[in-house]
Amino acid sequence: MARLSSPPRVTSRSTERGRPAKVTGKQRVESVVKYIFLFSALMSILIVVMIGIFTFREAIPAFREIGIIKLLTGTVWRPGQGQYGILAMIAGSGLVTLGAVIIGVPLALGCAIFLSEIAPPAVRSIVRPSIELLAGIPSVVYGLFGMVVIVPLVRNIDVPGNTGFGLLSASIVLAVMILPTISSVSEYAIRSVPKRFREGSLAMGATKWETLTNVILPGAKSGIMSAIILGLGRALGETIAMIMVIGNSVIIPFAASDNPLSIFLSRARTLTGNIAVEINYATGLHESALFATGVVLFALIMIMNSSARILIGRRKWEKK
Amino acid sequence: MMSEARMRTVDYNLYYGSFRALRDVNVNIPVNRITAIIGPSGCGKSSLLRSFNRMNELIPGVRTTGEVFLDGENIFCKDVVELRKKIGMVFQRPNPFPKSVYDNVAYGPRIHGIRDRTILAEIVETSLKSAALWDEVKDDLGKSGLALSGGQQQRLCIARALAIEPEVILMDEPASALDPVATLKIEELMEKLKQKYTIVIVTHNMQQAARVSDFTTFMLTDEQRSGNMIEFGQTTDIFTNPEDSRTEDYISGRFG
Repeated sequence: MARLSSPPRVTSRSTERGRPAKVTGKQRVESVVKYIFLFSALMSILIVVMIGIFTFREAIPAFREIGIIKLLTGTVWRPGQGQYGILAMIAGSGLVTLGAVIIGVPLALGCAIFLSEIAPPAVRSIVRPSIELLAGIPSVVYGLFGMVVIVPLVRNIDVPGNTGFGLLSASIVLAVMILPTISSVSEYAIRSVPKRFREGSLAMGATKWETLTNVILPGAKSGIMSAIILGLGRALGETIAMIMVIGNSVIIPFAASDNPLSIFLSRARTLTGNIAVEINYATGLHESALFATGVVLFALIMIMNSSARILIGRRKWEKK
Repeated sequence: MMSEARMRTVDYNLYYGSFRALRDVNVNIPVNRITAIIGPSGCGKSSLLRSFNRMNELIPGVRTTGEVFLDGENIFCKDVVELRKKIGMVFQRPNPFPKSVYDNVAYGPRIHGIRDRTILAEIVETSLKSAALWDEVKDDLGKSGLALSGGQQQRLCIARALAIEPEVILMDEPASALDPVATLKIEELMEKLKQKYTIVIVTHNMQQAARVSDFTTFMLTDEQRSGNMIEFGQTTDIFTNPEDSRTEDYISGRFG
């Protein structure tokens, strides 16, 4: 049929007569394949929705009996006495993530730039796998490393009450943990800036460095942004290594000396740590409050991801 | 017949690793003229063009022998940044930066140290005017360079090259990615630009070479696949009365 007349004609004629075009075997395979992929995509959305729903369902009693405002702004967490305020944990998670970003992002970007722009292939073939190896180390091992190396070092800082366990140690450990993610995604972003931009800049008499800062990095900006967001997500979600080095005290971090930076020497607890430490023995409202902590974590990550998307979207014209 | 040479190569050889891409090239680039480099694919046209501003050096394993002169000075003795300030380049695919029209043109002057806003604005305006793009973009200089049409993008790249006030402009098949109307505009522009600049153009399109250039270099690969310069002369001579039979074969479309 298709050989006798041109295919578009056949289609239009058959629709005119209200008869569907004949489906060939190839087309059937096409549509089956399409549905398999659609199913995979829907599956992952479904899982996210399910996790959201079930976490939220378990948290409902806490939200109802404690109240969202009181839960979020309460500074005291004493489950035994019915006080459930998670502000301290929100502050702990926020500060440790901030610290990790301050330490980790420049380091990771430095690695990415070194690997993509500076390192000769031989050096790259050693450095890149080593950085990627960092991603494969179990987080409990990072915790051990933090306890025996970082914590004793931090303990040397002379501030009253400083035990070494606290936000600074946790931030350093976390910075190393998010480094491979940010570094490899940023390196990919830098590499995918088209060669012709680089050539255009160099041909104008720009140096390698000027080309990097004026053309390459701005061109890779959205990719680097998503790299940082990915790192943030990982930082916010990290649990066991944090429990091991952050001290786990339920207090709002405070500066123990005149220097406001000494706030980072304060002990703290993260949202994730709060759940992991207590969920084994928690019952009733206490258990529900821990689920509520999970909901807050969930919401924080969603807010972060979507604000990142908005941020990247605004700069879309650059990628055109 | 021959005007003074702005650029000159003397027994110039270029190697990519052990592969000799150019063999003993001796070519003159006359001042304020358009010189076309023609020849079949892979004959080393672009390699030769990229030798004039040492862009070949970006490729690892590149080695050269022989000399290339700009105004009598050996370019390999000069600072590469200084050299590239004097030699602008326009690429095959328009490559405006992902920045505004203004920032694209101001890019060169800025990295070469011009900070004064009024001076920059002046440079941007004159460069865009010289590149025959001003009237089309003057109302919105903040628009992304990538939002322009292909032909406009290429003229933006020419404006960007002009902004550093070069002596020579190298064009690597500047119209091969453009439609005929945009191509014509670029060709008209080249005609205008040669009053002030020395232009070298690599082109696949022999009609284009015949239309726009004053001088033509014909290149061909030898048995070792190295690029050789076969003939150099005034375009009218090359196209109507070539000395070498290989040039005649190529011009008349017998191969290539």
